[in-house]
Amino acid sequence: MSTPAARTPEGGYIGAPIPRREDARLLTGRGTFVDDLEMPGVAHAAMVRSPHAHARVRRIDTTAARALPGVLAVVTAADIEDIQKPWPARMPSPVPGSAVRHGVRHTLPRDKIRHAGEVVAAVVAESRALAEDACDLVEVEYELLPVVATAAAALAPGAPLVYEQLGDNVAAHIVQRVGNPERAFAAAPHTLGETFRVMRGGSHSMEGRGVVARYDEALDAFTVWDATQMPHAIRAILAYLFDLPEHRVRVIAPPDIGGGLGPKGSFYPEEALACWLARHLRRPVKWIEDRLEHFVSAAQEREQIHTVEIAFTADGTLLALRDVFTHDIGMYGALVSPVITACTVPGPYRIPNIHSEVWAAYTNLQPTGAVRGAGRPQGVLVMERMMDRMAETLGLDPADVRARNLIPADAFPYEVGMWFRDGAPLTYDSGNYPELLRRALERADYARARQEQAALRARGVHRGIGVAICVEGVGLGPFEGAVLRLDGRGRVIVTSGAPPQGQGYQTAFAQIAADAVGVRFEDIDVVTGDTGAIPYGIGSFASRVTANAGPAILSAGGALREKILAVGAHMLEAAPADLEIVDGAVRVRGLPDRGVPLAQIARLGNGGVAFGMVMPGGLSVGLEASAYFTPSQAGYSASAHVCILDVDAATGEVTIVRYVVGHDCGNVINPLIVEGQILGGVAHGLSNALYEEAMYDAQGQSLASSFLDYPLPSAREMPRIEMFHLTTPSPINPLGVKGAGEAGTLPVTAAIAGAVEDALRAFGVRVNRMPLNPARISDLIHGT
Amino acid sequence: MSETRTIALTVNGQARQVTVDVRTTLVDVLRDQLRLTGAHVGCEHGVCGACTVLLDREPVRGCLMLAVQADRRVVETVEGLAPNPAHLNPLQAEFVRHHGVQCGFCTAGILMSLTAALRDNPAPTEAEIRETLAGHLCRCTGYQGMVDAVLALVASGVAR
Repeated sequence: MSTPAARTPEGGYIGAPIPRREDARLLTGRGTFVDDLEMPGVAHAAMVRSPHAHARVRRIDTTAARALPGVLAVVTAADIEDIQKPWPARMPSPVPGSAVRHGVRHTLPRDKIRHAGEVVAAVVAESRALAEDACDLVEVEYELLPVVATAAAALAPGAPLVYEQLGDNVAAHIVQRVGNPERAFAAAPHTLGETFRVMRGGSHSMEGRGVVARYDEALDAFTVWDATQMPHAIRAILAYLFDLPEHRVRVIAPPDIGGGLGPKGSFYPEEALACWLARHLRRPVKWIEDRLEHFVSAAQEREQIHTVEIAFTADGTLLALRDVFTHDIGMYGALVSPVITACTVPGPYRIPNIHSEVWAAYTNLQPTGAVRGAGRPQGVLVMERMMDRMAETLGLDPADVRARNLIPADAFPYEVGMWFRDGAPLTYDSGNYPELLRRALERADYARARQEQAALRARGVHRGIGVAICVEGVGLGPFEGAVLRLDGRGRVIVTSGAPPQGQGYQTAFAQIAADAVGVRFEDIDVVTGDTGAIPYGIGSFASRVTANAGPAILSAGGALREKILAVGAHMLEAAPADLEIVDGAVRVRGLPDRGVPLAQIARLGNGGVAFGMVMPGGLSVGLEASAYFTPSQAGYSASAHVCILDVDAATGEVTIVRYVVGHDCGNVINPLIVEGQILGGVAHGLSNALYEEAMYDAQGQSLASSFLDYPLPSAREMPRIEMFHLTTPSPINPLGVKGAGEAGTLPVTAAIAGAVEDALRAFGVRVNRMPLNPARISDLIHGT
Repeated sequence: MSETRTIALTVNGQARQVTVDVRTTLVDVLRDQLRLTGAHVGCEHGVCGACTVLLDREPVRGCLMLAVQADRRVVETVEGLAPNPAHLNPLQAEFVRHHGVQCGFCTAGILMSLTAALRDNPAPTEAEIRETLAGHLCRCTGYQGMVDAVLALVASGVAR
């Protein structure tokens, strides 16, 4: 810990694989997760959840629950009428002409239950165990309503309505067109069509959601510790619901959050309920989501069904793409994922004619949002499956077919012709897809792998090789900000809005700030996720934080350096241009003994001459600088994966022999952290490809709500991942960075689907549905 | 429901006495009453392993064991591995070098399982390391950094 952080050969910290400063506390059990907070007088909340997916509440009797010793309050919708405002509508569609229809939601349902697991009442007691005991004593009489449990059922004529006032269950209909796809299809020498069903499932961060709310009566103000990905948005919603000015709601994302992966970027009833109960009881109230609750109430990304067609020439050149898909949005959700799916399908290929059409449908399943990848893996799967099918149809190698259609390296910026989810045109900023694919194939020794495959097949081994390449919109705006200041100890404090959930911001932000201000990495402290510390912020999602907060830190750091040098110039009686910052002191270049420690600079620069004295030399007070960075559009990272695997035709089990990842996220701030992000993403993708499936019956009941029914891969199932980086810096921000948080996830299902279909070519199987668990592979082999 | 019992246990070398509801799990008592919050509760059904602590040197799921079952027994938690966080033990230090931690929620349980396994077998193969880790779920790392951390520890000979 005491050795100085490594620098790059150029002398800076940006780009150096510096071990994380977060690690020591986490490895010694001294992290601060929301459930670890010591909160004197805290009361514990538990939720009464509807067992039915669609029902009216006829009657709730809380008498027995209230009578249980240790129970402090039991509240239902009628009790919290003062905050029962309609929730603000989620994101509008960025595509002009879209039909978007918002289902109105309240903290507790006013009219009816819309998913199994929806909160009906909240209990608060002296302990969580007592609160759960009391939940069992709340009697609810339900009038059952017919359920729609799939998007197909929801869109069928005469389907029961999730929101009566909408007249049907269409949440959004979004069409995007490029060129003239009808004419291209009519004239094309070859066309292929297929239907794919893609499941994503839940996020399953190892820490569930959680919140502790405290109300200060004297100030009429809340302090809310919330394991959220977006504290400023939570502040805005709570301020709206409680009719308070935003400065009286302080939301703090604890320094340690046990993973987010998407769902912690939504607002939930429990956040409002914890606040209401804290004010009601004048005691802090804590609610911690348990795993079952995560399964039935945290946002998911469930099934999409794509009907896709491509048109192409005899040599395998794409002419047109048509993709029409349904997206199950649950009883509430955002359009983020389906819009991103639509924009991810065209990927790294030149496709002159595109018809893309999304039908998002309300169902009686729990809300949806983003899960690591946020719609992108589905889009990659659809396109890459079709590339494999085109290769098969034409008798060409799947890698060759891909290479033939890639956007050339000299074609950037490249306009696809669609609108991306950020409201800007889908224009790829930079990349080199041919080189990325070439290197991935080279690393996997692709030609030799094909030879080995032929030899193994002759011996009855079902070896398959899958290739997948994709483009990923990252670094989405609108902004992040940074406030940097020099404190009285001579340390630089970096404050930024978005909170980390394991991504290492305390390390990466310190690297950027140290280079920007010109101080040591060890002289930086980083504060994130506190609305009381920085007025505005967006949050951690969409692989966006380094590309937004990073340039803001860089800019504010440069401004702070100028202020520090101005004070130093006065104290040292030298010109700022002649000064440098070395080892925690401002010095005159070439005169190492003429220097002032940063702590002394801070004393003067922050107004510490003496009370009542004028500042000398016309110096202004406040060694502080803030900056907000607003990217003009998203950046576009890229990945190429090669998967070599064997399928056991007797058991349906998949064994991954080799897995190669090529990745380009522009410039890298910390290679150690970026590689960790990619590895975790690949594990999530592999889990989606082979294991995870959120299953429901026709009544909207979850059929997989424990880790026994819903398996996640362990270290035994994960292959060793071989990784390389390609670097095409982004031109849209001064750091040249893109984003890496979700990247690893994107092409995995496509690469594995391609490899399994390839392995089982002798059986003529068609991999059109994910995940590929042993049972499904057996079904494919046996044609059932 | 509110029957209590006073239990005595040794936690990280210290004798502790605590009065618990008989239905309270070991991990809840460690976290809430002894304020050792390193072990986390991730699934409450014994699969994720985040709550793993050592009981008489063997890994146990803190969420599947009642605190009263730990009466008169020896408990080790992650807080005991490095009493001073500025001086990590060799396993912890390799986790830092190989980026074996991201969000850190699952980490305490993983360190305890590895600690027990390395006492039994100080030179595990990669397959044996993965077998030990298979009792844990991590959603952040893909496990590779953890595996590499243990391999480096083995290669250094420190684990022996």
